[in-house]
Amino acid sequence: MKAFKGFVIKEFYHIFRDSRSLLILFGIPIAQVILFGYIITTEISDANIAILDHSKDAVTREIIQKTLSSGFFKLAATIERESEIDAIFRKGIAKEVLIFEPDFEEKLNKGESPSIQIIADASDANTANLLVSYASAIIQNYNREQMQSRGVPMQIEARIRMYYNPELKGVYFFVPGIMAVILMLISAMMTSVSIAREKEMGNMEILLVSPLKPIQIIIGKLMPYFLLSFINAVSVLSLGYIVFGVPVNGSIVLLLAESMLFITLALSLGLLISSIAESQQVAMFISMLGLMLPTILLSGFIYPIENMPMWLQYICHIMPPKYFIIIVKDIMLKGVGLEYLWPETLILTGMTLFLIVVASKKFKTRLA
Amino acid sequence: MSNFSIDIQNINKSYEKTTALKNINLSVNKGELFGLVGPDGAGKTSLIRILTSLVLPDSGQAFVDGFDVVKDYKKIRQNVGYMPGKFSLYMDLTVLENLNFFATIFGTTIEENYELVKPIYSQIESFKHRKAGALSGGMKQKLALSCALIHKPTVLFLDEPTTGVDAVSRVEFWGMLKDLKSKGISILVSTPYMDEAELCDRVALMQSGEIMQINSPQQIVNDFSHTLWQLKSDNLYKTLQSLRNWDKTHSAHAFGQSVHFVANSSKITSSEIKEYMEEAGLENIEISGIKASIEDCFMELMTNNPTN
Repeated sequence: MKAFKGFVIKEFYHIFRDSRSLLILFGIPIAQVILFGYIITTEISDANIAILDHSKDAVTREIIQKTLSSGFFKLAATIERESEIDAIFRKGIAKEVLIFEPDFEEKLNKGESPSIQIIADASDANTANLLVSYASAIIQNYNREQMQSRGVPMQIEARIRMYYNPELKGVYFFVPGIMAVILMLISAMMTSVSIAREKEMGNMEILLVSPLKPIQIIIGKLMPYFLLSFINAVSVLSLGYIVFGVPVNGSIVLLLAESMLFITLALSLGLLISSIAESQQVAMFISMLGLMLPTILLSGFIYPIENMPMWLQYICHIMPPKYFIIIVKDIMLKGVGLEYLWPETLILTGMTLFLIVVASKKFKTRLA
Repeated sequence: MSNFSIDIQNINKSYEKTTALKNINLSVNKGELFGLVGPDGAGKTSLIRILTSLVLPDSGQAFVDGFDVVKDYKKIRQNVGYMPGKFSLYMDLTVLENLNFFATIFGTTIEENYELVKPIYSQIESFKHRKAGALSGGMKQKLALSCALIHKPTVLFLDEPTTGVDAVSRVEFWGMLKDLKSKGISILVSTPYMDEAELCDRVALMQSGEIMQINSPQQIVNDFSHTLWQLKSDNLYKTLQSLRNWDKTHSAHAFGQSVHFVANSSKITSSEIKEYMEEAGLENIEISGIKASIEDCFMELMTNNPTN
């Protein structure tokens, strides 16, 4: 046990004395959260919109005038039929279409509530959300102004529709995604590189010719990174909350427990990589290509899995980060508990056990 | 069991296509300083790795301290000290931290075995807060030896410990090995330097995975049965070339600035050699009879079994 403790202490020395690994450990998580956070919450100005005006009367013209002079929107097209909307979005001519129903002024004068439909291209969920809220704010503003000047309550109704991505997946989505990427990076890459370094420098030879049991070497290697990854998970969550106001609606305890499960999985992946890689470069390369890219591209973090071709979707199903992102997203945003998330949790647990067994089997008690 | 610290019986090992060790038989007595001498690729490292249980032999048996290197590898790992060929301390840890670490993983403390490492460690103790990576080659080697000794091993394996170390540190290092030997530790050391062979109690001369001879350095030298000549001239390369083309030559090898020459007949005289060299157009010729060194014996053994 003392030997094990000594080993863990040594591991911490390695981590804290290497400025590169410190940077990866603490610099990257912070940089990523802030980068993604700001990219996703950019301000909107001069966004292209299209207008379909069925009434073409004084009121609709006034509203259009107000909208276009707000500085947020720029008229990209005027269309005559609903059927043209799809083409406008697909060609990328506009991000948003405003539709005024027929006889707008007449209905208003009769005391009815005519409606303006706001349709947004939600394949970029954040932009769509912002565009829609800006447009409805302008309409609300107009309502208020009219009420003051005419003294009659006026109800122009804004009806919102999102095309392509009605659930607006993507808003706040970066925090679960970044958690998956960072935990994968720190846990798998750092452990595989640190074990590969022992091999490369010849230290593994001495460690093997010592009374240390392989399991002590493995756990001694994994424990520091487990701890640091956990700290990272917590700091990503707090940064998301403090800087961007991303809430945790569900149970924090459950969220952290699921994070630990995912960290364990990533650590055993790192262990597996190190059993193949003989040098730090190879370990780094395998981690980057084999873990980082799939985590970013095939987990649903950036590109929705539903939009991928069938064969790629099957590959996505065996990517552990996919399940972790679902879990984190559901806990954070929907606030659900284990009663809904047990299938994903079970899949992750199964994967973790499988990887641990394979990785420990592959860990050699001898050279080659 | 046996009185041997190391007992190797018919060990064979090959890696894919290359044969690393061919039918090795060898035993090292308790408290003996035994040298494995041979050029790179002779199989020294493979043999040491088999004995330290890092590599499995293809066939044959080996025992260290009476423990089978295959079956009882865990016992072996508790009792031996090992210093691999590659410098394998932690460069980012200080001298003291390295020593402490190796003491801890062997379940001991520096204080407990300080007496054993003191003669070596005291030489670098003034640098104990310096990172191992910032030490000179000779100091690194002393630290590595201290780390290999900190748990008081019964057998010490050193794989080319003096490769890449300056001449002064090499001499010092062999002095330390002599000290350790006197404390009853058996030492198996490999080296490509023939001059170091003379500092061992016994040596095994290895070449291409085979042991050509095992004996004390003195006996190996005494067994050299030929008359050995040392030849010098103004042109070393030309001397070597012309001698190798001579029908009276048994062997001719370059040794520094001279050629060591053995004729195929013991009746040859120095004037005969001089005559031949003059005919070959060489000048400033110096000829002297010399006593064979281990290296000459090694060369002679190689000439007799051209395995490759």
